[in-house]
Amino acid sequence: MTTDTITLANCYHCGNDCTEGQYELDAHAFCCAGCKGVYQVLSQSGLCNYYHYNDHPGANRAKFDKRYEYLDEPGIIKDLVDYQDDQVTVITLYIPYIHCSSCIWLLEQINKIDPAIYYSRVDFLRKQVNLRFDNRKITLRQVVEIMVDIGYEPLISLQDIVKKQTGIVKDNLVKKIAVAGFCFGNVMLLSFPEYFGLSGYEQTFRHFFGWLNILFSIPVLLYCGSGYFTSAWANLKNKVLNIDFPLALGIGVLFLRTVIEILTHTGAGFADTLCGLVFFLLVGKFVQQKTYYHISFERDYRSFFPVAVQVIEEGKERPLPLSDLKIGHRVLIRHNEIIPADAILLKGEACIDFSFVTGEAAPVEKTLGEVVYAGGRQIGPAIELEVIKPVSQSYLTQLWNNEAFTRKQDNRMQTFNQRVSKYFTVVLLIIAFGSLVYWLPSDIHRGFAAFTAVLIVACPCALALSTPFTMSAALGIFDRSLFYLKNTAVVEQLARIDTIVLDKTGTITNSSEENVTLYASLTHTDRQMIYSVCSNSIHPLSKQICDFLGNVPKLSIVNYQEIPGQGIAATVNGQLLIVGSSSFVFDNNSGTEDNKSTKVHLRIGGKYLGYFSFKNHYRDGLYRITNLNSYYDIYLLSGDNNHERKALLPFFKSDSFMHFNKSPQQKLDFIKSLQAEGKKVMMIGDGLNDSGALKQSDLGIAITDDVNNFSPGSDAILDGRSFKKLVRFLRFSKDTVLIIHISFLISLSYNLLGLSFAVTGKLSPLVAAILMPVSTATIIAFTSIATHVAARNRKLL
Amino acid sequence: MTIIFFLIGCSVLMALIFLGAFFWAQHTGQNDDLYTPSVRILLDDEITEPGSDTDHILK
Repeated sequence: MTTDTITLANCYHCGNDCTEGQYELDAHAFCCAGCKGVYQVLSQSGLCNYYHYNDHPGANRAKFDKRYEYLDEPGIIKDLVDYQDDQVTVITLYIPYIHCSSCIWLLEQINKIDPAIYYSRVDFLRKQVNLRFDNRKITLRQVVEIMVDIGYEPLISLQDIVKKQTGIVKDNLVKKIAVAGFCFGNVMLLSFPEYFGLSGYEQTFRHFFGWLNILFSIPVLLYCGSGYFTSAWANLKNKVLNIDFPLALGIGVLFLRTVIEILTHTGAGFADTLCGLVFFLLVGKFVQQKTYYHISFERDYRSFFPVAVQVIEEGKERPLPLSDLKIGHRVLIRHNEIIPADAILLKGEACIDFSFVTGEAAPVEKTLGEVVYAGGRQIGPAIELEVIKPVSQSYLTQLWNNEAFTRKQDNRMQTFNQRVSKYFTVVLLIIAFGSLVYWLPSDIHRGFAAFTAVLIVACPCALALSTPFTMSAALGIFDRSLFYLKNTAVVEQLARIDTIVLDKTGTITNSSEENVTLYASLTHTDRQMIYSVCSNSIHPLSKQICDFLGNVPKLSIVNYQEIPGQGIAATVNGQLLIVGSSSFVFDNNSGTEDNKSTKVHLRIGGKYLGYFSFKNHYRDGLYRITNLNSYYDIYLLSGDNNHERKALLPFFKSDSFMHFNKSPQQKLDFIKSLQAEGKKVMMIGDGLNDSGALKQSDLGIAITDDVNNFSPGSDAILDGRSFKKLVRFLRFSKDTVLIIHISFLISLSYNLLGLSFAVTGKLSPLVAAILMPVSTATIIAFTSIATHVAARNRKLL
Repeated sequence: MTIIFFLIGCSVLMALIFLGAFFWAQHTGQNDDLYTPSVRILLDDEITEPGSDTDHILK
């Protein structure tokens, strides 16, 4: 019998509550054998400084049973490593747990644990560690096991490793900006003398500076600005007029006029306007490309499934890469492992948690010979299954064969910029040719001067910058509120949504939150008894009771009996304990359960003690979306059965807006049918079963409680804690679109001002050189200030 | 005043050297991770007294 005088402490490793004396080492208390084990490994290697940089830096290690046999397979190793020869292996591992300076310190000291790992470097923002080790002395599996031993479990999945190449585009852009900036600076310096006026005997300088300016403009035109020409040309071929066309036209005309003026000694040219224009445009492009190092928007089932499974061949177990898994293979699935392909249950007690796949909250029991669909997670002892369908053809994964996944995603909605630039270009060309025709009969020279000047000043630099700067400021604000958008275009899509579709399980419900209240006074022994009984059950309510009671020592139980949908009866310490619904505990139907909360009653040894009350487990702030009912159509689309229909009804317009028992394919089709009615649909979901709907919708948002965990491919990832801010996000996105409209008007007025100079054919290089940076600066300042003011109004800052 | 030709040549050359240095840094990946080194530099090799020097380190 444990005494009631137990002193509580915090685990030295992970900081969880724990009881003193149970696991102890060097006068430090630990919550579990796992945490103590990590401490032991570190203290043996003299790495205890780990605990000095931060308090409780470690990850909780209470539940741990991962196996890494598959890392011995050469075929798998080949796909995972960056480089390998007969001595050295270089690998980059993604470790979601990296979160503090202690992590960096420990991971970079890893060669004190094993000298064969001679190089390790952490990239904190990407949560990656780059390791080099001597593969004659240590295997990859041993390296990974060391990482696991010290509490840094790498997330190994073939798909996430593939996405390494994304940085190249940005890298190229940085180089272009560097060249443009270099030329811009030098050209400006060389143009000043011209603007301030050069006397007659300094004419040689004028020609010298002119030549240098041409020289500097060439790389700007050919290297930095080349993207605008190729893009404009590609769009013209597709008969689309986008903003790149007037930009390319402006750049081209600027260069030609500069060269001609300098060669014919008729003027100073516009070299600095040209370089400045390209420089600012590239900077605009750069801020638009926000990268989230630790978040992936492109995940599919491959990153949810394991890299390899254990197959049984001739009575022996061996790991097999998932891609080699064929029909007829016998696979062994242990506790908490995922079933990778549709299979028939051959041996063992299967109890499968499909919550991520179908949205069903309670685990499902399967009998021998039954088909188990891929994606379920086994809970309980190991089971054996025979694969009946290849991985890519499973009930769940064939969703990815739908055309929604092959369609190009980027241009689902035309942005404001795209719509406006069409008209802008047409008007611009009309004015340019108009002024050419007007002057041509009287003065050919002046006609061409006016024509080119119009194209130069009307070059929509500020217009091209207003969207990127507004959107990147907005993206930063969303980011701070834990709402991660894939790219800037998503903000505009968010503003144009008129229909919202919500998934149920995991999206509007949330099991992890504290929502159990105890209406009974229990002694420590009572708690122990209840914990011991409930820990045997996999029912979600039992799990929540266990979580609520915390980690108390278990007692032995006899006569355990669980009646589905009713409750549990068992004998502990010689006393009969009954937990369950009122009809089960009281043996009559007197108490009618109300819908607001679920109650689990308790009886020990014939005495009624009270009950646990479970609040409806909907996410914080769900009631707020009802405010949106007048602006948006909000639908519920659940894979689960309809037992919560009544409880959810107040949140939706009517019963017809709620759909239950939908398969992943039906969800996708439902979104399609809404779109066929001309609606702009936003889907919010969390599981693999929503993947199709997320992809098909005009804007797919994946909701997750931990952004490092798996989330299905989507346009945006919303942290569960910010679900309550959804209404504000939607309103703020509308504000940002308004800001873009206003800044468009501002840049238009600058263009008009420039045009008034230009049509007369007397645009001086000085005016152009001043007008362009001033308009750019105004737009950048206006958009970033206005966006922040709007965010403050919406209480997002 | 012809010295201007020489001076401008020098200044352009200097600027080119810096541009080249930037390209080299970019190419060798020195700008890939701009955050971790700022934490790494605050980590001592050995801390003797627990908690003596932690307040400036990222929590």
